[in-house]
Amino acid sequence: MAPVGPRSGDAIFSSIDRVNAELFTLTYGAIVRQLLTDLEDVEEVNKQLDQMGYNIGIRLIDEFLAKSGVSRCVDFKETAEMIAKVGFKMFLGVTASVSSWDAEGTCCSIILEDNPLVDFVELPDTCQGLYYCNVLSGVIRGALEMVSMKTEVTWTRDALRGDDAYELQVKLLKQVAEEYPYKDDE
Amino acid sequence: MQFFGGSEISPSPPVPTASGNNAHMMYVFNRNGVCLLYKEWNRPLHTLNPQQDHKLMFGLLFSLKSLTAKMDPINADKGNLGVPQLPGQGCSFHSFRTNTYKLSFMETPSGIKIILVTHPKTGDLRESLKYIYGLYVEYVVKNPIYTPGSPIKSEMFNTALDQYVRSIS
Repeated sequence: MAPVGPRSGDAIFSSIDRVNAELFTLTYGAIVRQLLTDLEDVEEVNKQLDQMGYNIGIRLIDEFLAKSGVSRCVDFKETAEMIAKVGFKMFLGVTASVSSWDAEGTCCSIILEDNPLVDFVELPDTCQGLYYCNVLSGVIRGALEMVSMKTEVTWTRDALRGDDAYELQVKLLKQVAEEYPYKDDE
Repeated sequence: MQFFGGSEISPSPPVPTASGNNAHMMYVFNRNGVCLLYKEWNRPLHTLNPQQDHKLMFGLLFSLKSLTAKMDPINADKGNLGVPQLPGQGCSFHSFRTNTYKLSFMETPSGIKIILVTHPKTGDLRESLKYIYGLYVEYVVKNPIYTPGSPIKSEMFNTALDQYVRSIS
């Protein structure tokens, strides 16, 4: 029996278990709130959120690969499309779009019109430097690292800070090829 | 003159011992060569100690993947022999068969390699290996206690896996 082809984001999203959106938003909000209380420094909280996202990302990639059945992307353009159309749809239920490709095809922007993490959220004046959704940048970085791509993910637009949408810039630093892990003398 | 029947040159494979016990053994490796799981159902012959056995298996597959990709007559993008490739790139082999066993292999782009050794009459196990990968995601990856890159100790995973593999014909 020939292997089944990869499934679309919609198909997967409708077939897996889902959680109540408000529960998800409120839980995430509680996490950020607690981090702010514990760490007090906004930069530290940003870093922690990124680290948490990284730890999620390294596991999320296996779930993504198992459920979507995609094989390796040919180039970074395809990877970005995969993240925006299948990944975000599968895990957050929203579709993102990809734009602003640079000349070499190593840097692009993923734009989210709709972001379930930030429903009901308004940033107070005391948290002005906070990247509330920084967990997402960590997730993408962690997931791509597990498929041999070292990337840098930063926020260029954040609606909680006054912009009109959420925009992540994903920059491919390098592709790390697989090496034979055992030393010759062992 | 009397001829004794039966040829000694290629002995017939061992008949599966019990119904549903057709698998011999299974390995799961990650991209760094760490053997995450080794399960044995029916392996009468052991030649090496476990560490050497795992290294040999990993090394074999690493080389086979590289070789099969380089010998590909169809794919344009090949690179040079000896240059490491990204997991999942190029053509990928999925099984080889000898007179006594069949080895089925699956590698994900994240570097997880699943190997199942069964009796030679087994059919195409690619869907089964995908299902096993799904089990790995559900019971191992989603388990917060599990540290990625360490050997798998999950009871639930072992049970589910055992049950599934025994049901593969």
